[in-house]
Amino acid sequence: MSGVMKRMGMIFRAKANKALDRAEDPRETLDYSYQKQLELLQKVRRGVADVATSRKRLELQLTQLQKQSSTLEDQGRKALALGREDLAREALSRRAALQQQVTDLETQHQTLQGEEEKLTLAAQRLQAKVDAFRTKKETIKATYTAAQAQTRIGEAFSGISEEMGDVGMAIQRAEDKTAQLQARAGAIDELLASGALDDSSGLAKDDIQTELDRLSGGTDVELELQRMKAELAGGSSGGQQAIEGGQGQSQPRSQQPQDTPRFDKQ
Amino acid sequence: MIVRIMGEGQVKLADSHFAELNKLDDELLDEMESGDEPGFRRTLHALLDKVRELGTPLPDDALEPSQLILPSPDATLSEVRDMLTDDGLIPG
Repeated sequence: MSGVMKRMGMIFRAKANKALDRAEDPRETLDYSYQKQLELLQKVRRGVADVATSRKRLELQLTQLQKQSSTLEDQGRKALALGREDLAREALSRRAALQQQVTDLETQHQTLQGEEEKLTLAAQRLQAKVDAFRTKKETIKATYTAAQAQTRIGEAFSGISEEMGDVGMAIQRAEDKTAQLQARAGAIDELLASGALDDSSGLAKDDIQTELDRLSGGTDVELELQRMKAELAGGSSGGQQAIEGGQGQSQPRSQQPQDTPRFDKQ
Repeated sequence: MIVRIMGEGQVKLADSHFAELNKLDDELLDEMESGDEPGFRRTLHALLDKVRELGTPLPDDALEPSQLILPSPDATLSEVRDMLTDDGLIPG
């Protein structure tokens, strides 16, 4: 595989390896070492078993020899009782040869027993050492695994590992998008302010509405003016005339048919 | 083998599926190198769909390293190209 998948995987792994040296996994080394110790212990135990078997065989031989020896002794005693000294001598000399064998075997037995004890002790010590190593190994492995997990968490937070790399990127993308939206909102505001862009929100007024507002505003002014004039006319007609006169009306007062204000007819 | 789709999560895939996926993956690499953005997008989506279809999603709390990594569905050609350079998008 040489495509994108593999290349990306390799790059991420290379980055992860910088933080976590996986050239040699100490857990594997410890397990291997423990395995080797168990094999050694097994060899020692086998040795102890072999020595014990030999010891047992010697003991059997010794029992047999001692049995033969006592038989020869009995035979010698009987021969003497029957007055056969020659026969008794023969029996006793055979017994003496057997005794020599017994002595030799006993020496061998003692040596083997000593060996066996030593080996048993060694096996026990080794067993204790292997047990202690196993405990230590498990502790080291657990510590290493914890450290590895910590490193992974560290990696994750720093964005080295692929586990969080994508999350970091997702945040980055979200931030980019937000910034993009903010920039776009800013640009739209500017364009609206400059008038280059129409506001479709309905808040801004178009020119027709502005004209209508202007006209209606003007009407209000006119109506207000009429109302005020009517008030004044109702209060005193002289006042009304004075105002009208003041406004530059050149018509003589006699030509006015009545003092009714013109605007009331409208 | 465990494959990560960036931004989505991890899926477990049987090795027997890789021949099929390799074809798309190589195609994707060719398109990325030739700068064929529409082709790249099409193949990336096809590849991701295939991985999702054939794979079994891993739980979110699984801490399994990914053997293979795929860009997120919305990754652009230039983003992926950047990721494959020495420094990439992720520092370290």
